[in-house]
Amino acid sequence: MLLRAINLKGGYEIRSGFVKAVDGCSLTLSEGEILGIIGESGCGKTTLGKLLMGFTMPPLKLLSGKVLISDIDLYSYDLENRRRFWGSLISMVPQYSMNALNPTIKIKDFIYDFLKQHKRDITREEALEIASVRLKSLNLSPSVLDMYPFELSGGMKQRVVIMISSLLNPKILICDEPTSALDVSTQRVLLELLYNMVKLEKIVSSMIIISHDVAAISQICDTLYVMYAGKIVEKGPLDEVLEEPLHPYTKALISCVLTPEERIRRSRITGLKGAPPNLLNPPAHCRFAARCPLAFSKCKQAEPPLMRIGNREVACWLFNGDER
Amino acid sequence: MEGARGLMAEAIYALRSSPRLMIGVSIFSFYVMLAMIGPLLYPVDPRKPIFEHLQPPSPQHPLGTDVLGRDVFAQLIHGTYYSLKIGFMAAVIASILGIVIGGVGGYFGGVIDDLLTLITNIFLCVPTIALLVILAAYFRVRSEWIVILLLGITTWPSMARSIRSQILSLKVREFVDTAKLCGMSSLKILFREVLPNMLAYIVMYFILNIAIAIVSEAGLSAIGLGPTGIISLGMILRWAIVWEAVRYGAWWWFIPPGLSITLISLSLLMINDALDKLYNPRARTTR
Amino acid sequence: MSILLRVEKLTKIFTAGGIFGSKMRVVAVNGISFECREGEILGIIGESGSGKTTTMKTILKLYKPTRGKIYFRGRDIWTIPNKEYYRHVQGVFQDPYSSINPVYRVRHLFDNIFDNLLEDVSLDERHEILSEVLDRVQLKAEEVLYKYSYELSGGQLQRVLLAACLLVDPELIIADEPTSMIDASMRVTILNVMRSLREEEGKSIIFITHDIGQAFYICDRLLVMRKGKIVEEGSAEEVVFHPQHPYTKRLIADVPKLGKKLILRR
Repeated sequence: MLLRAINLKGGYEIRSGFVKAVDGCSLTLSEGEILGIIGESGCGKTTLGKLLMGFTMPPLKLLSGKVLISDIDLYSYDLENRRRFWGSLISMVPQYSMNALNPTIKIKDFIYDFLKQHKRDITREEALEIASVRLKSLNLSPSVLDMYPFELSGGMKQRVVIMISSLLNPKILICDEPTSALDVSTQRVLLELLYNMVKLEKIVSSMIIISHDVAAISQICDTLYVMYAGKIVEKGPLDEVLEEPLHPYTKALISCVLTPEERIRRSRITGLKGAPPNLLNPPAHCRFAARCPLAFSKCKQAEPPLMRIGNREVACWLFNGDER
Repeated sequence: MEGARGLMAEAIYALRSSPRLMIGVSIFSFYVMLAMIGPLLYPVDPRKPIFEHLQPPSPQHPLGTDVLGRDVFAQLIHGTYYSLKIGFMAAVIASILGIVIGGVGGYFGGVIDDLLTLITNIFLCVPTIALLVILAAYFRVRSEWIVILLLGITTWPSMARSIRSQILSLKVREFVDTAKLCGMSSLKILFREVLPNMLAYIVMYFILNIAIAIVSEAGLSAIGLGPTGIISLGMILRWAIVWEAVRYGAWWWFIPPGLSITLISLSLLMINDALDKLYNPRARTTR
Repeated sequence: MSILLRVEKLTKIFTAGGIFGSKMRVVAVNGISFECREGEILGIIGESGSGKTTTMKTILKLYKPTRGKIYFRGRDIWTIPNKEYYRHVQGVFQDPYSSINPVYRVRHLFDNIFDNLLEDVSLDERHEILSEVLDRVQLKAEEVLYKYSYELSGGQLQRVLLAACLLVDPELIIADEPTSMIDASMRVTILNVMRSLREEEGKSIIFITHDIGQAFYICDRLLVMRKGKIVEEGSAEEVVFHPQHPYTKRLIADVPKLGKKLILRR
């Protein structure tokens, strides 16, 4: 087991209270695994990613829980000391980070500055050597090193940013919405790159991809986690989850995926009405109950725990788990 | 009503968060109060000689008297009033000219823009003070309104230029297209949709224009081309220069008006600078 | 079905640079012709830079065409007064944040429409009508009307903009990526609204997107644009199941299908 997160709870301190964006999430990631986290915007996916990194910059705060990476207990270090793990042990590519490249400096200078922060005594030549080797292994042209960010297309920028975040060979790479705002062909190339990094080149051991685009990430993930209103409501091997989603929310999410296939044209798909609950004061019962087409009395009384069903776990009162 | 309360809250928040704004507003308010209620609290005729020449400050005459035996404090009160009035009114004229010329040129583009930019550039090239001197010298009698007009038509070009460049970047935003789809006319879009986006900017420029006009008026008066028949801060300085107040060592005659001009324009610049920091979109963090 | 909108050999070239400097010429749209029939949803598919947004803005009279003509019900659109044209043709732009004036509350947009396009609606009726159109896009009037654009999410704003179109009730709506920021579960609901506009009210929609799945869900016909030209045109089934042009073939192949593992191209 490469990463284990145990019962993470955390969120944002704001004037009117505490937004529990992540409320009791556990996660395991093994060597060589690509794990996808899906859910609507505002369900806490990004916050979970930050908590896994130990990136608790105010107003984000961890309330309880543990993150173990290999044998390192991340939160036994304070924020200042956690920094040294970022980039080398665990790395994150935030959403829209491709637009965060400084437009006035060339990619190679950016890479040199980046590497220098972690390895004081690195020379310029060494830095460029590392970068061009990495570019080659990822089928990218080393000529991008001499370019300014504005000379690169959106997809290319995104690939360069991901390449840079892997330069220090982190064990785990977390990508937040890596494919959003990209055209399908660019998106495909990017997914190939991510797949390569884990499965073929083994540049990173494991990867967590956070996305709202089920179809896109389902192409490369092994495991799928479904998040709703700060909680993980279903998790399991990708194929099983897609084939037979258990949780009504997962069902709705998957039925809403529009792909150019005959079935979607003939039918009229019903979307989900309403909005997720306010995480300042989430309901004490099942958080999906208000929008759930299958909700019954028990759903509005108590919160369902994650129950194991075969290879999978689901938090829904429609099921009686194997255990517990 | 809700809007007015929101504005108050915003103003209080702004004052609290910026000491610079607080100081600027305090100094400026002090001079406005001096001009407004000064004549009521200190009802002395600033023109009437009292036959006590060049008296240093005393309880009867807090700022002494000038060479003709007139009360300097009373002159200062009236001078502040006229200087502020001239500055304010000149800034109104300059701002209207700047907004219309810069706004219409920038928004409509094409030949209108070329023409208006040309006029703006010509005005920008000619040194303002030289132009002012030539124009002012043309008039034998310069009422306060003539001076206001002269200051107004020499202060607008830099504002027009800035407004134009702001409009150029705003007009390609899609809310302008949305407004067109609502069937609004171009002029309506310019004044109701585009210009309100620059309100903070316009207010800042307006404040700057007041400061420029007050200082220009003082400069014009100091070389004898100021308004005739009224007392402004510049005119007090002018008399002090003509009657060689410095040689007499009559510091109470030339320091108060000079200091007042400096403080008023400084306070306006401080307000302008503080507002820039508050309203600059890059400094804003809410979204 | 009669033809509602006809675009004939439309070309739009953007130039930059002055009389003396070297001129930059960008051919955004290059001699395209197509038509949109009454009661159909026409999809325009293309990647960024394909000229689809320029086409949209030219149809909406926001750009003057360099060459070519556009006819609405047989009339050259530049001979139709703006107010009249915009009562019949409306649009939703791609970026919802920049589409709404940041200095006003959302209500201002709707009031502009009432004031200029729907003058016969009395002030008292406005709120009720607004509640109705907002309800159709799953928004509550009190949750959005008195907010500023930066207080709402991109998805909410896109629905506000669609509601503005519904308010005008035009015959043709041109929508540029109108659901890009809406969550997938809500997106289907919004696409269903567009579908019912056609099915129940006989409206026409030009749906501009790079998402072939969405286009396939609601469109009758598809145009595929690339570098300012139309490379393929046909019924949605034809284009998706039997693409002819190599570009379309690649585009369709690259669309992620649920659970189909990525086959690496080397």
